[in-house]
Amino acid sequence: MEVAESDTNAAPAVRSKGIGAYISANLRQYGLLFALIAVMVFFQIVTDGTLLRAVNVTNLLLQNSYIIIMALGMLVVIVSGNIDLSVGSVMGFIGALAAVLIVELNQPVILTILICLVTGGLIGAAQGYWVAYWKIPSFIVTLAGMLVFRGLSLWLLEGQSVGPFPKEFQLIATGFVPDIFPTGLGAWLAEFFGARKVNVLALVTGIAAAALVVWIGLRQRAQNKAYGIEDEPKSFFIARTAIIATALIFVMYKLSLFRGMPNVLITMGVLTVIYAFITETTTVGRRIYALGGNQKAAKLSGIKTERLTFLAFANMGVLAAAAGLVFAARLNTATPKAGFALELDVIAAVFIGGASMSGGVGTIVGAVVGAFLMGVLNNGMSIMGIGIDYQQMIKGLVLLAAVIFDVYNKNKQG
Amino acid sequence: MALLSMQNISKTFPGVKALDRVSLDVQKGEIHAVVGENGAGKSTLMKILSGVYAHGDYDGDILFDGKPARFAGISDSEKQGIIIIHQELALVPQLSIAENIFLGNECASNGVIDWRRTNQFTEELLAKVGLVEAPTTKVDNIGVGKQQLVEIAKALSKDVKLLILDEPTAALQENDSRKLLDLMLELKAQGVTCIIISHKLNEVRYVADSVTVIRDGMTVSKLDASKGLSEDEIVRDMVGRDMTHRFPDHKRTPGKVLLEVEGWNVWHPEHAERQVIRNASFNVRAGEVVGIAGLMGSGRTELAMSIFGRSYGRNISGEVRLNGKTVDVSSVDRAIDAGISYVTEDRKALGLVLDETIRFNTTLANLEGVSSGSVLKRNEETKVAERYRKALAIRTPSVFQKTVNLSGGNQQKVVLAKWLFTAPEVLILDEPTRGIDVGAKYEIYSIINDLAAEGKGVVMISSEMPELLGMCDRIYVMNEGALVGELAAGDASQERIMSLIVNE
Repeated sequence: MEVAESDTNAAPAVRSKGIGAYISANLRQYGLLFALIAVMVFFQIVTDGTLLRAVNVTNLLLQNSYIIIMALGMLVVIVSGNIDLSVGSVMGFIGALAAVLIVELNQPVILTILICLVTGGLIGAAQGYWVAYWKIPSFIVTLAGMLVFRGLSLWLLEGQSVGPFPKEFQLIATGFVPDIFPTGLGAWLAEFFGARKVNVLALVTGIAAAALVVWIGLRQRAQNKAYGIEDEPKSFFIARTAIIATALIFVMYKLSLFRGMPNVLITMGVLTVIYAFITETTTVGRRIYALGGNQKAAKLSGIKTERLTFLAFANMGVLAAAAGLVFAARLNTATPKAGFALELDVIAAVFIGGASMSGGVGTIVGAVVGAFLMGVLNNGMSIMGIGIDYQQMIKGLVLLAAVIFDVYNKNKQG
Repeated sequence: MALLSMQNISKTFPGVKALDRVSLDVQKGEIHAVVGENGAGKSTLMKILSGVYAHGDYDGDILFDGKPARFAGISDSEKQGIIIIHQELALVPQLSIAENIFLGNECASNGVIDWRRTNQFTEELLAKVGLVEAPTTKVDNIGVGKQQLVEIAKALSKDVKLLILDEPTAALQENDSRKLLDLMLELKAQGVTCIIISHKLNEVRYVADSVTVIRDGMTVSKLDASKGLSEDEIVRDMVGRDMTHRFPDHKRTPGKVLLEVEGWNVWHPEHAERQVIRNASFNVRAGEVVGIAGLMGSGRTELAMSIFGRSYGRNISGEVRLNGKTVDVSSVDRAIDAGISYVTEDRKALGLVLDETIRFNTTLANLEGVSSGSVLKRNEETKVAERYRKALAIRTPSVFQKTVNLSGGNQQKVVLAKWLFTAPEVLILDEPTRGIDVGAKYEIYSIINDLAAEGKGVVMISSEMPELLGMCDRIYVMNEGALVGELAAGDASQERIMSLIVNE
């Protein structure tokens, strides 16, 4: 039957192919990417090129690795409509646990890592239990956890720093993936680039990753076209893909000039891909977004909301433990202050990455880029010799600006 | 004399012309009804009138009380005595009636509230609107009907010249609605001018002195009640065509018994001593539409939700059989697996993830159906969403539209799509046409008929008795948690249903 169109209130779709309309609808994603590029260009100039030196790029990745690892879990927790304030303390506690097990009790490294990850999972599960099944606000449960685990690490370390760790444990954070290509090739490339040496594996991995990004992008585009799904304008696709591919090759090239790929980069990269996949293309990921978007509707759709919340926290615990191991290995010692106030950096990264405090919104890639943005700010300002006082203020304002930008954008669309 | 004259009002949203040279004239001391389908532009027009869209955001002129009005915000229009009461009430549930009435407008000196004066004024106002409650009663503890009266009392406290009521009876029971409409007539006698926005044409006929019909952002007709209003005429103007049948034709041949509920008892989730459902038993046949009639608060929603995965209540006992076999409905996913679906009465709060797309919502209750090994096949998902968009005529440019941007009728169709995709045998529809316009209602009825024709069992809960009478093969009558009667379609009438309720 025919009925008059009754949808005059509906917001216009992005169907009008105008590039302007497309930008305004997707301002957030592009904005973040451009902000990162702008910040990098800025610091590259004002630090006379120090920012993107091979050694500093390597440093930048190592410095931010544990934040990024935790941001992955935090994104999931925040999308589910919760928050975890305890991750800094849990991270410190796990570092302390590792130090006690290895240094004082002489346990093997592998066993220690296993025990630490399981302990992290149990800590997350314990907190998740109260949040999920007792409906106690996560803010309160994890605030309590933050205090408890800070105290526990103090107790465990008896207020002392414990270290150093054996070499094999340090490798978690400070090791590099050895080059598997013949040295002759590296030497030839080094001559070609006019560099001292080149790690061919890093360079090849960078090119392969870039190729993969292009291939996935093209495939998705072809599929969207086949199914008649609205897509971003071609020029945007080309520009965006080119920027990401170039950036990947560039970073890996820089790494190859120093010592190659840090082990942590592999861990981080693999985890990021896994979590991006889980959140975007699995039923569990979809359900977490539904849970955060409208818990009651999710529950009435047959989604086990309690179990999901519980799992989000358990997962966060495991990742906090992983970050704790990386942190301890990097410092080569466990200190009672390790991870202090770090939860705030992690949470800030996730919100800068576009997640919403009320849940249901946010992406893994956004959180990772958000963490890098904060990392580059930290690093760049340190190189410039800006005091910690100004650094804190600037970071705070960046966080506020990012969230204001989100809200403004949303209001404009609504 | 015209109190309000809106002339050639146009308002454009990016890409959509919401209002196109609409005019609205309201005489002093009259009740003026604005009717139109959802999305016709009524709400936009009222937002312009109350200053939500500031002067300059729209084209056209507003004359209020003979003077040009240019409101920069709601506070401007309120100062002039234009007060709007929205469909979703704006009361603070934790505060008392008196506190709510004087919220932002407290009887205070130097910031110290004079409670004696506040409560005294409140009592006077409550007397005016005929609400018998203490001023100190928390708003949370009174029903929606009474809350509506509190809103009106609040408006009266502000020296109102023009009172706008947006769908005031949408959430009200028949007798509460009648009380509210009578209050409007009383206020009119006291000289208050009212605009009422409503879908319910019998109510419009009951109170309105004149009617403006809006369709697709344009004024289609202005009718004068003194010459007599015909519902058919209004409906024709609203939808732009004759609508001789409100309910699509249907022929049903119910088959074997599909769903049986026996001895169902439910207690209140917080007040353990209160029994909400008392020994309810009913059944639905394949290809049959069964109605559940009853007043609001009679336990209809509670019955449905407690059956659907124990989503309501505690200490639930009783048996649910499907095709003669007892099924486990102790959690929502089990109920879905068993073949039962429940379409909620509150699609915004309980039905949809509003910030997500049509596609997201369509597949939410059956993600297994669009995934392999828990990895989503997104193209498959798009196909499914597209299929339901076409089948249910969901009006939207694409399935990637966020559901928050859809009209009520289209939102309801998305919720229906979600449940149809779980391939249920029995669907429980709770107020499936609440707050949606005449045209969309007809479409929902057609969908229900199609479902019955496919052999599904449909349970339909509704507060609108004509709807039950027009659609159902059998009607159960519910009162105070018990099913007090069962009527076959041929024997049922509004009077018989009411008498069953009253006689209990």
